[in-house]
Parts: sequence; structure tokens; C-alpha cells
Amino acid sequence: MKKDNFAQFSGSEDYVTSEPLENAVNVSIALGRPLLIRGEAGTGKTLLAHSIARGLAKKLITWNVKSTTKAQEGLYVYDTVQRLNDSRFGDKDIGDIKQYIKLGKLGQAFIAPERVVLLIDEVDKADIEFPNDLLNELDEMSFYIPETNETISAIHRPITVITSNAEKELPDAFLRRCIFHYIEFPTPELMEEIVRVHFPDIKGNLLSEALKTFYSLRKVDDFRKKPSTSELIDWIRALIAGGIPHEDIAKQVPFIGTLLKKESDYDFFVRNFATRRY
Amino acid sequence: MFTDFFYILRQNKVPVSLVEWMTLMEALAKGHINNLDDFYFLARAILVKSESYYDQYDIAFQQYFQGVEAPEEIAEQVLDWLKDPLNRLFLSEEEQARFESMDFDELIKELEKRLKEQTEQHDGGGHWIGRGGTSPFGHSGYHPQGIRIGGRPGGRHAVQIAQERRFKNYRSDLTLDVRQIGVALTKLRQLRRTGLEDELDLEGTIKATAKNAGDLDFIWQRSRKNTVKLLLLMDVGGSMEPYAKLCSRLFSAAHSSTHFKDFQYYYFHNCIYDYLYKDVEREDAVSTVHLLHTLEPDYKLLLVGDARMGPWELTERYGAINYYERNEIPGILWLKRIADHFSHCVWLNPDDPRFWVHATVRMIGKLFPMYPLTLGGLEEAVGKLVVKK
Repeated sequence: MKKDNFAQFSGSEDYVTSEPLENAVNVSIALGRPLLIRGEAGTGKTLLAHSIARGLAKKLITWNVKSTTKAQEGLYVYDTVQRLNDSRFGDKDIGDIKQYIKLGKLGQAFIAPERVVLLIDEVDKADIEFPNDLLNELDEMSFYIPETNETISAIHRPITVITSNAEKELPDAFLRRCIFHYIEFPTPELMEEIVRVHFPDIKGNLLSEALKTFYSLRKVDDFRKKPSTSELIDWIRALIAGGIPHEDIAKQVPFIGTLLKKESDYDFFVRNFATRRY
Repeated sequence: MFTDFFYILRQNKVPVSLVEWMTLMEALAKGHINNLDDFYFLARAILVKSESYYDQYDIAFQQYFQGVEAPEEIAEQVLDWLKDPLNRLFLSEEEQARFESMDFDELIKELEKRLKEQTEQHDGGGHWIGRGGTSPFGHSGYHPQGIRIGGRPGGRHAVQIAQERRFKNYRSDLTLDVRQIGVALTKLRQLRRTGLEDELDLEGTIKATAKNAGDLDFIWQRSRKNTVKLLLLMDVGGSMEPYAKLCSRLFSAAHSSTHFKDFQYYYFHNCIYDYLYKDVEREDAVSTVHLLHTLEPDYKLLLVGDARMGPWELTERYGAINYYERNEIPGILWLKRIADHFSHCVWLNPDDPRFWVHATVRMIGKLFPMYPLTLGGLEEAVGKLVVKK
């Protein structure tokens, strides 16, 4: 395989990546294995899949996993209740089971006529056994529907991105089949780049003051939830909208509510920082 | 290729399996590697599946690739020759062995000597400084102890990245934060069907409907809820002071975790006697006997303490460190009563397991299974708490 075939992904214009992350994405594309992304909240795990889809001009299929999600739902659902209903009121041919088979997100990604990006978001939200139930399907990229005696297999192996918040440990067998990357919290330099992507016209001193305050807040260990990238972006948006002069940012820390989301953190901040300055 | 690296990783307790190793070989065969940096990230993405092993990976990487960055001034002279990386080149076993004997000082001397002799850009080959090739100097070549010159400007050498060991804090055998503890505690669960019948039992409905000759007959069932009740007893004050922060993290994780059916916590100092306390200042007392009467044996008991005290505090009547406690029953018997009452108990000890040789620690360790208060220890302890008896 040629090199230019390999280095497919290099971020998109609204998403700044680091080199290791690009590498991990490209390896996963080249090997056709799912990419497992972990990292602190707000480091852009989910956005990565969006960025890959945009960067490579592919369709994105998102499967949001919830605590009640079952692996089966991603493959297909056999709508028995509908069929039962039709059998009572009988205006359809209930012998045709096919019409009651609804493909899930994984199934849709498999039968897509061209390669798609499949995002399985927050895989650890579901039951502990959930990833194990998908092992074979992700490995072989095919599954069997006994009701219709059909095998759905991927026309093109989807580029699979799986995000996890490490709420539950993922099973080893599942991990063995994945490419893994941990997104670190961005360094101030990278963060500057990220903010500039969102606010191309931001004034330099406003940005540097905001970043300085932001990173000093992140150093406080006593916060229950440290502010993250998405909060910083919101905060800067508020600062710009509010027309706050840059010299006031460190002194007053306006709109602190956009950065600190927990009441106890907010109280802690008011007690320890706000009062001391006046 | 690199098979030793596999074993060095395993020696460093990175759980690498053959499946992953073969994947790496597959990736290498496809030629995704241009230099050691690429290899560092590629191998990490494929072999390491949790940030808590990144540090061990860095250590193993250092052990295996003891390459060194060339000094600035020499690098600058050669940089011009080295523009784009060529494809990787791996040496055969014998060729590797030939180079392995040279150490860094020798390499530097040799490099300077060859720099003087060499007058033009050079790619491939086995002697001159250039790109590709098997000379110990240059770029993108392969030499076990080789010096890499230049390459991507500003890029850091993979071994240097490894040397930084930025992921030290993610190791799971070190201490932990609230969220990590919370995550560990979520495993403390036993699901039972309880409460109102508010969940549709599809299977049952289908069966009942079929029996009902096709007329819909809905069957409802109770939903599954966590039935774990947790009792946390924490040693405070004295020798536990250094661990106060760690213990408060454990407490806030347990407290904020909403999925327990019931969560109770009490404090004690050094050892448990007639009373436990609802507050850290140990003023609001509750009789231990009362607790044993009111709490069912199916409470999961989590004790936290360093278990280090004067032996008399544990074994003697009136041994309590607080003179006025005047305990008629020695502490060890109180602990035994507690251990006998609850079916699942563990003791978390914030001290390093190396110091668990102290007499009282060993005595208490016989009553309660003892685990270190680290992520690994906590996980083991939780495992012990949910095991069926």
C-alpha cells in the first residue's frame, strides 16, 4: 500500500488534531479495525467522528448508546408488535416478515452503498456485556437474521469510531480488536489553535488572558468538575458577546457559570477567589 | 521483528496479546512506518488499550530503543541532506548484531569522522550519512543504537517522548481521583427486580396474547434495580492524617454515587469499640451494638484505615487510645463481631502493602481481607464484595 493511501485523515478545518491522533485514525482506517477513543470529557471525542466524516467526505451514521441499549438494536429490530397489530387488523401481508425487520445503525452502515463513518458514542454507558455482544459483528462486519434467513454483510467496511468515558471497564476481547487512542487535555498552544478555529477574529490579548485564567482554574484540584474545552469555547463566546475588556478577565472572571457547572465548585470559587480580590 | 519488545512490554505488565501483536505486524507489513516516532504511536495505538498502561509502555519503549538524539550542532550540518523521509528499512539479524556493540560515544566519534570524509548527499548504502540505509547515522534508517539526525523539524524523538513519561499519573497502581473511585464503585451492584410493575414484559405479553387467541394481553414486570447497601467505616485522625484527602475522595465518590439502595458511613479512631461516630470530630456517637442490631448482614462493609496502632489498643480491655472510652471488650473482639455480622467485608489500607508487616495490621488482616487503597486494590476489593457466598 502506498503512503498517500495511508495518510488519509489530517483533521478538518474546524477540528484541530494532534499527530498521534491522526496516526491512530489512519491506522484504524488502513487496518479496517474500530478506533476506540477515550479522554476527559470535553476533549472532542465525539467531534472526531464528525471531523473524519467531513474530512474524508463520507456519510456519518451515529449510534448513541444509552444505559438501556442492547447490542441487538444496532443490528436489526424485528417489530413483532407491529406484526401482531397487523394480524389483528389485517391490511398487510403478515407473511412477509421482511417488512417488519428494521435495520439498526450498524446494519445501515453495512448496507450503505459507499464507505461510511460509523460512530458508536459512549459505548460504556450500556451494560457491561454490550461490547462483547458486538465482537463478532465488528470483526467480520456481517450478521445473520434468522427470521428472514438473510446475512447482512458490509459492502464496505465502515470506518468505526467508538468513544468511551471509562465509566465501565471494557472487556479484554473487545479491546484486543480495537485501535486505542487516549486524547490528552490540549496544551495551551494547541488550545490556542483550537480557539482560533472557532473564533478566527478573536483579539490576541483577549485570547491570551482567557487562556491564562482558564488554565489557572484547571490547576485547582478541589473542583469537582474541571472546566474543559467545550466550556472554554462557551465562555469565550460569552466574553466576546458581552464585550468584556481583556484586562477585566483575570480580575473579575465574568460569566463564571459557563465554566463551572457544579454548585459546590461555584461556591468554592466564590469563597476562595472572588473575595480575595476585593 | 521486534519480538523482544513484545516480551519487554509483557515484563512491564502491559497486557499485550498475540492478537494485537499480529495486528501490529500487519500494520508494519503495510508500510505505515517511516521512523521511530511513527512506530512509537502506531505500536501504542495497537498494543496498549488503556491510558493507565501508557506509562509502562513508555518505560518498555525506553528499555528497548535506547537510541539518542544527536547533538544540535552536528544535526544542523546534516539537516540539509535530510529532507523527506524514505521508507523504513529493517536489518537482518546479523546486520543488527554487527552494530549492537557500538555505544553512543563511539557513534559520535565515528559520525564526526565520517562527516569530515563525506562531501555530498547520500541515500541508502551501508556507510555514509544519509537517508534510508543501514549506517548508524542519518534519517529513517534502521540501526539499533543509531543516532537519528533531524527528520521532521521540531519533532521529538520517540524515545524522548517516552522518557518524558507524561502518563505517569494515569497508572492504575497509583492513587486515584473521585471519578476513578466512582467508576470502581459502580461495579458494586447486584441487580434485582424490585418496585412497581412498570416494565413491559414482551416475551410474557406475546405468550399471553397467543394464549388469548390473538387478543392483546399485556404483561408487566418490575424493573431491575441495584440492591447493594453500603456501609463505610473510616479511620480518621492520627496516623490517618496524611491520607485525609484520599479518604475524602473515596467518601465523596461513594456519597455522590446514586446507585446504592442505601449508603451509611461512620467514623472511628484507630480501632472500633463501643461507639462509632457520625462526624469526623467524633462527637455524635452511635453505639456499635445498635448498628449491628439495625443493619442487616447484607450490607457491604467497606472499612478504611491503616490498621496501625499500639498492640494494646487492639487486644486489651481499656486499651482505647482515648482513656475515657473505658472499653470493657478489647478492640479485636469488636472487630470480630463486626466481621462475623456482615457477610461481605473488606478493609482498604492506604499504607503501602510493603508496610503491612506491623503486628496489628496482620491481626486485622486475618479478620478482614485487606487491599491497598489504589485503583487496582479498590477494584479487587469491590470484586470481593459482590462475590456470591
